[in-house]
Amino acid sequence: MWDYSEKVREHFFNPRNSGPLADANGTGDVGSIKCGDALRLMLKVNPDSEVIEDAHFQTFGCGSAIASSSALTEIIKGKTLDDALKVSNQDIADYLDGLPPEKMHCSVMGREALQAAVANYRGEVWSDDHEEGDLVCKCFAIDAVMIEETIRGNSLKTMEDVTNYTKAGGGCSACHEKIEDILVAVNGRLYSNEPKAKKAPKESPVKPQLTNYQRIRKIEDTLEALRPMLQRDHGDVTLVEVDGKKIYVALTGACQGCQMESATLGGIQHKLVEALGELVQVLPVGAMAHN
Amino acid sequence: MKPIYMDNNATTACDPAVVEAMLPFFTEQFGNASSIHSFGAQVGKALKTARGQVQSVLGAAHDSEVVFTSCGTESDSTAILSALKAYPERRTIITTVVEHPAILTLCEHLEKDGYVVQRLRVDKKGRIDLDEYKSLLDDRVAIVSAMWANNETGTLFPVEDMAELAHAKGILFHTDAVQAVGKLPIDLKSTKIDMLSLSGHKLHAPKGIGVLYVRRNTRFRPLLRGGHQERGRRAGTENSASIVGLGVACDLAQQHMEAENTTVKRLRDKLERGILAKVKNAFVNGDRLLRLPNTASIAFEYVEGEGILLLLNKLGIAASSGSACTSGSLEPSHVMRAMGIPYTAAHGTIRFSLSRYNTEEEVDRVIAAVPPIIAQLRKLSPYWEGDGPVTNPEQAFAPAYA
Repeated sequence: MWDYSEKVREHFFNPRNSGPLADANGTGDVGSIKCGDALRLMLKVNPDSEVIEDAHFQTFGCGSAIASSSALTEIIKGKTLDDALKVSNQDIADYLDGLPPEKMHCSVMGREALQAAVANYRGEVWSDDHEEGDLVCKCFAIDAVMIEETIRGNSLKTMEDVTNYTKAGGGCSACHEKIEDILVAVNGRLYSNEPKAKKAPKESPVKPQLTNYQRIRKIEDTLEALRPMLQRDHGDVTLVEVDGKKIYVALTGACQGCQMESATLGGIQHKLVEALGELVQVLPVGAMAHN
Repeated sequence: MKPIYMDNNATTACDPAVVEAMLPFFTEQFGNASSIHSFGAQVGKALKTARGQVQSVLGAAHDSEVVFTSCGTESDSTAILSALKAYPERRTIITTVVEHPAILTLCEHLEKDGYVVQRLRVDKKGRIDLDEYKSLLDDRVAIVSAMWANNETGTLFPVEDMAELAHAKGILFHTDAVQAVGKLPIDLKSTKIDMLSLSGHKLHAPKGIGVLYVRRNTRFRPLLRGGHQERGRRAGTENSASIVGLGVACDLAQQHMEAENTTVKRLRDKLERGILAKVKNAFVNGDRLLRLPNTASIAFEYVEGEGILLLLNKLGIAASSGSACTSGSLEPSHVMRAMGIPYTAAHGTIRFSLSRYNTEEEVDRVIAAVPPIIAQLRKLSPYWEGDGPVTNPEQAFAPAYA
């Protein structure tokens, strides 16, 4: 049985806001094909203030799907639609004191139901572009589709590349066989970690220092090069602030609140470290407020 | 209230008599059976007794056909890999879509190495088509592996007939019988089954002990090499305490065989009838006419199994689910999917598997506990309204699946 937190158990045994909502004016029906769970989220939105006055759910799914649905309704009640849309799947999981990696998709489903219900209220059509695969890396909750797309999108060759871009395989390493299988499936063969050619010792031990302007230009150029990949996933990235070794970026569109946000940041950081030739840390803009 | 354990297809409680028989082998009887001194000799004798007890429950012709292993999975892997080594010119394996992962995952892995795997499909009751099976038997097949009893539904395959057919074509036949041994009378010497896997912890012996039966004169290639143990067919120092425990468990299984097929079966039938009488939109999975006496697989439509299990657990009732979300993988049960059970029912499938330790009073308690739990979860379900499913459930609630 799963190791559910007390909070998950409590929300499962005593779900809040369950059952139909008679005067709902926004409804989102979404499901996760991988595990067959499905959720209907019903919102009663005040048309003048756009405040969510009531939220109910009906869920066909496991304990954590029911708990995630219950948590979601509690989180968004009283929020404006715009504020509610800022709720990420991680917020839902955090509200429940965490979910097992295999169950993070339940919180993703919650967030998607919210997007669908808001779209429905606004008379828009919401379509999901997020495909879910078999969970490969249990340490960082990375699935096969994510790994495969990242390998294709970045022409990755080795296990190490995959870990640098997605974090997958960076924990206990038990999933390396599965990741290597995906690499072979995409590339037709497995490239070994070729020992890097030893660089000739630099003439001058002092690295040419970039001016602040050059450094920021370089960061901008690197992000620019990554942009098409993010846009393919309906997301985007903007540079917000450079504070010494800390580079703050804002992920927007589908990237915002995406389950893969931290992995995306990891990939960006890897590219920036390469480009700048120094160790830097890439942080979401939200981290600025905390510091 | 005393907890109720109805998950005996997952694992069983060690019988107290088994534990008692094992204890000396952790203390004064610690010797290595291979040693020449008296410390070892005693253990060697105990192993011989246990081998005879296993031989007896399997109805094997010789005790030397019993090879002790560490578990059912090891026995399965040994059997299939042995056949492929022994018949290198044969590159095909025949199995079924509803096997245990111990077989299916190995077969998928072997496919990557170029072996051909034929998987027999099943109908909605979980039965294979013998004609399809016959059509696949040819001289490219190294081994057939089919389970005796399905772990999820209890459905039995006609393995004795299948073994005859394979034998007639000169093909090895293996059966994963971990769910069948101890629940059904077995007489291997009157069959053409070449290899059979059993697992101790499914019949009130401890975990970590298994057996591969290998019929005399079967071409065999060991998985583990390195010692003379098990006549060189499975190297590694014998797990003497567990082997002794398994021997006693086999004796007990034979003593209780009749009760298993009368008393336990009656309790299982009562449980099914009692639940189905009170819960609508529920049905029994598998072949009701040909299945294990202890297993009830009940699909509750429009709810998900994990929720049922969590609520049962709160009442001290242990069962298991055929659904995705409890197994560590997210895939819906491959057995339910193979039988064509719709998503909305496969997800709400609960397996109650009984043993000789279950009582009438326990069955009554479970019959009383289940209906309110299903009603409670259906209240949360988007497919359900009031006291019945919504009209046209699949159209009324058609979520956008990611």
